[in-house]
Amino acid sequence: MTKMTLKTEGDTHIIVTRRFAAPPEAVYRAHTDPKLIQQWLLGPEGWTMPVCINEARPGGKIRYEWTNGKGGAFHVTGEYLELEPYRRIVHVERMHLPDPTPDNHIETRFDADGTGTLMTMRMTLPDAQTRAGMLATGMERGMEASYVRLEGMI
Amino acid sequence: MSSTSLNLDAAFSALADPTRRAILARLAKGETTVLELAKPFDMTQPAISQHLKVLEDAGLIVRRVEGTKRPRRLAKAGIEVLDQWLAMLRSALEKNYDRLDEVLSTIDRRKKGERQ
Repeated sequence: MTKMTLKTEGDTHIIVTRRFAAPPEAVYRAHTDPKLIQQWLLGPEGWTMPVCINEARPGGKIRYEWTNGKGGAFHVTGEYLELEPYRRIVHVERMHLPDPTPDNHIETRFDADGTGTLMTMRMTLPDAQTRAGMLATGMERGMEASYVRLEGMI
Repeated sequence: MSSTSLNLDAAFSALADPTRRAILARLAKGETTVLELAKPFDMTQPAISQHLKVLEDAGLIVRRVEGTKRPRRLAKAGIEVLDQWLAMLRSALEKNYDRLDEVLSTIDRRKKGERQ
């Protein structure tokens, strides 16, 4: 079963969809409760999130800090714009590498799908260059495990 | 010759620079002159040309001669790089969501336990 889809749209969007067996309420909670977020929003194997601030209210702050325990670290900051409990989240975020990347505007929807949930995440980057930069960063992180030589390059 | 396939080492060095990543992204939209490429960056044309040379040497882009112009476009390896960026993001997200499935099933079990 193909659970996740990821595609680019136009010059500036990235759309991700994923189905979950749990109802929207649970999936929404897993996106807004720091104790739950720290268990899954980790990226490649070996990374942990020692700092997770998530103030799930309009204007509330987001701060996620990741480390691989071997000197590798980076963080994301953001702000909530809108929250419709169990249905929809709109927030902006940026990565610090360490310079902040341009804002990624993200709308996340949680729609009931049978007894489960269809989640749709729509990311909007300010321009095509920024989107490419973001995708490139994802690639560099994904490659880390097998390309140790890259350490210190980025 | 294997020059058309992606040489990861050369590609990674070339892509370590954000300006060069941005140039590659711009070329994803089609063939572009050096003048047009220089526009979005606060950079002189020689500086942009230097970046283009690194990308060319890495086999990521190619040039064409058109009168006095030398428009650049993505080479096959450059297109592969863009595809890989998407694939890597996909794999990182997939790992996250597989973990989230686990978290969600734990919540569900705990809830059922509370009801008993």
